[in-house]
Amino acid sequence: MTAALGKDLIGLERLSPDQIRLILDTAEPFKEVSERVIKKVPALRGKTIVNLFFESSTRTRISFEFAEKRLSADTVNVAATGSAVQKGETLVDTAKNLEAMRIDMVVIRHASSGAAQFLGDRIRSNVVNAGDGKHEHPTQALLDLLTIRDKLGRIEGVKVCLVGDILHSRVARSNIWGLTKLGAQVAVCGPHSLMPRGIADLGVTVLRRVEEAIEWADVLNVLRLQLERMEAGFIPSLREYYRVFGVTVERLAKAPRALTVMHPGPMNRGVEIDSRVADGPHSVILDQVTNGVAVRMAVLYLLAGGRPELADAAKGPAAGGTD
Amino acid sequence: MAAPLLLKGGRVVDPSRDLDEAADVLIQDGRIAAVGPGLGAPDGATVRDVRGTVVAPGLVDVHVHLREPGNEDEETIATGARAAVAGGFTAVCAMPNTDPVTDNQAAVGFIVRQSLRAGFARVYPIGAISVGQRGQQLAEFGEMVGAGAVAVSDDGQPVASSHLMRTALEYARTFDIPVADHCEEPSLSAGGVMHEGLVATKLGLKGIPAAAEEIMVARDILLGELTGGRLHLCHLSTRGSVELMRRAKERGLRVTAEVTPHHLSLTEAACERYDTHAKMNPPLREAADVAALRQALQEGVIDCVASDHAPHAYDEKEAAFDDAPFGIVGLETAFGVAYTELVQGGALTLPQLILRMSTVPARVFGLPGGTLQPGAPADVVALDVTAGWCVDAARFHSKSRNTPFAGRSLTGRAALTLVAGEIVHDAPAAAQA
Repeated sequence: MTAALGKDLIGLERLSPDQIRLILDTAEPFKEVSERVIKKVPALRGKTIVNLFFESSTRTRISFEFAEKRLSADTVNVAATGSAVQKGETLVDTAKNLEAMRIDMVVIRHASSGAAQFLGDRIRSNVVNAGDGKHEHPTQALLDLLTIRDKLGRIEGVKVCLVGDILHSRVARSNIWGLTKLGAQVAVCGPHSLMPRGIADLGVTVLRRVEEAIEWADVLNVLRLQLERMEAGFIPSLREYYRVFGVTVERLAKAPRALTVMHPGPMNRGVEIDSRVADGPHSVILDQVTNGVAVRMAVLYLLAGGRPELADAAKGPAAGGTD
Repeated sequence: MAAPLLLKGGRVVDPSRDLDEAADVLIQDGRIAAVGPGLGAPDGATVRDVRGTVVAPGLVDVHVHLREPGNEDEETIATGARAAVAGGFTAVCAMPNTDPVTDNQAAVGFIVRQSLRAGFARVYPIGAISVGQRGQQLAEFGEMVGAGAVAVSDDGQPVASSHLMRTALEYARTFDIPVADHCEEPSLSAGGVMHEGLVATKLGLKGIPAAAEEIMVARDILLGELTGGRLHLCHLSTRGSVELMRRAKERGLRVTAEVTPHHLSLTEAACERYDTHAKMNPPLREAADVAALRQALQEGVIDCVASDHAPHAYDEKEAAFDDAPFGIVGLETAFGVAYTELVQGGALTLPQLILRMSTVPARVFGLPGGTLQPGAPADVVALDVTAGWCVDAARFHSKSRNTPFAGRSLTGRAALTLVAGEIVHDAPAAAQA
C-alpha cells in the first residue's frame, strides 16, 4: 500500500490533481521500456496480479497484460466466460477466493457500476478499475491525458470536447474528472437522449451540434456509439447518427485551428468517425494505445508501493526474461 | 381474561380526540376502559408505572412486506409481527407480493391464520389487484375481503394498464376498500436503480426520473375522479407528486397517500459509494423533495407515514448496486427516525406525528385502533421520547438487517406495546432478559 495513490485506483473523481500528474510523470520513463529490444524491467518481480475481466475486452486487457509483463509481474487472466462467475458465483465469493490465494493486485473490468469499489472495499489486495459499468475507466482517461500532453505540451487551458454517447460512457466520466482537475476546458456534445442528467454541474459545457464542437475545441475525443443504443431507442439509426454527429473530413476542414482527434476504441468506422479522419493527420488514436501501456505500468508501479522518484531507476538494466 | 391493567403517570396523546394531557389509562377485557387523571386501580389490577413516557394509540403501518409465504428466510409473519410491536406498531398491513402471490381467498386466509398463531401485532392482509400481480385479470376482491383482506394492491409491480386500474377502482367500491397503488411508469423506470439526478450521473447508474412516479400519480388521480373509488397512493417520493396530491385534495377528491420515514429523511446522496442499503423503489430523491414531503405530511396533503418494511437476506444486498434488490427494513426504526427527523427537526409536533402514524392510517384503511376512546381495543404504545439509542441491526427482531440507519443515533422508541390489552413488547424487560 502506498500513500501516493491509496490502496486502489477506482476512478479519477477521488484523485487530486497532484496524484493525476504524478501518474502521468511516472509514465514518462516507462514509455521507453516498450521501445527496447527486450521489453522487460524487474520493478514488479514477485508480484502476482489477476486480470479479472467479467466483460469482454481486447485492447484494455492486452494493454494491462503487457504493462504487467513488462514490469515482470506474474499474471493470471480470468475471463467471465467459462469461469465460476457463469456458474453463479457472486462477486463477493470471487473476491474472497482471490484474497485467499494471496494475490497482490486485481485488475477488474465489470459491467456493473461500482463493482471495482465493491471489490476494493472487501479485499486487501490493490484493485485497479479497468472499467466498471457506466462509472469510470480511469486508466483510459489517464492515457488520454498523457496523449494530449504529449501532443499539445500542456493540459491546462486546452479545450477538449467529448463527442457521442455521454450517458453510457465511463470513458467520458473519467475524462471529465481528469481534464477538469488539470485545468482543461471541457465540453460534451451528443444527442440529448444520450446526455446524462445534471452533466453541466460537473463543470462542463454542453454543445448541441458537432459543428459547434469542431469550431470550439482543440481536441475532440470521439466516443464509441454502441449498436444497442439504437435498438433501445435512444437514437433513430446509425446512419442518421453519422449524418448529424459523425466526425468527418468535411466537417474538420471547417475547424478554425489545428484539431487533434482521439478515440478510445474500438472504433465504428462510418458511425461516429470517418475512416479518413481515423487514419488521417488529425488522429492520435494509435499514440493513445501506445501510451496506454506506459500509463498502466505507472499505475501498477505506484500502487505496488514503487517510489515515483525511483521510477527511472526501477527500470534497471534491460533484463533478460528469467521468470 | 387477564387482570385489569392501569398505565399510570404517562403523558397521554390521543389525536383521535385531540387529547394531550397527563393521565392514566385503564385497560380491562382487552379494551380501553377509562382515560383520565388520577384513575384508581380496580381490585386485582396490575399497575404499571409509565411516568416519563408518552401513552398513545398503537402505531399502524399500512405498508409492510412480511415475505411469508415464499421467502421465510427473510421474514415470516411471526418475526415481522414481533418486529412491529418492538417498533410500537400494533397493526400492520401485509402486501401481497409473496410467493405465491396473495391473490385469492385461501392465500388471504393463510396470512390471517399465521398471524393468529404468531400473536404480537395484528396483521391485516392486502390482496392483489390482479391475478399473480401480472396486471391482466382482476383478482377476486370479494372473496379476499370475505377472508380478511382490508385493501388491494399490486405493490412491487406498477399497474401499467390504465384500464385495469380503472376497473379495480370501480370494482373495489362494492366492498368499500382502498386500492393502493405503487406509482411507477414502467417504461420510464425500466432498468433504473436510483434517482435520476447528479449522483446517478456521477456513479454511472441508471436513474429513475421523478416523472416516472408523477405520471402515474396524475393518472391515478384522474381515474379516482372518474370512478369515485377509494384511491391510496403508496410511498410518494417527489415534490411533483406532492403538488398533484395537493390539487387533488383541494378539489375534494377521495384520495389518500403515504410516505416512508426514509423518504422523509434521506436523499440520493445516501447511494454514494454504492451503498445498497440505500437502494429502494421509489428511490431516495433530492433535498427539495424531502422538504416538500415533510411539509405535505404536516399539512395533511400526505395522510400518513408507512414503513414499506422490505426485508432482504444480507447476502442479496452484498452485491453490486445494479444486482442488489430494492428495499429496506423499517418497522424497528420508523418511529425513531420520524421522531428524530420530524419532531426534533421541528417539522411536526409529537401529537401530529402520532396522528400520522396511528389515527389516520387506521382510518384510511378502515382498521380498528388509532384511538384511546373508551371501548376501543386496547392497542396501546408507551413511547420513550427522551432517551437516545443507537440503531444496532444485529438486535432487530426482524430476520433481516438491511437498513441504511445502522449506527445512527435516534431518539424515540417503544417502551411498552399492548395489543388487545396484552403486553407484547416490554423494552426494559427485554433488556434484562
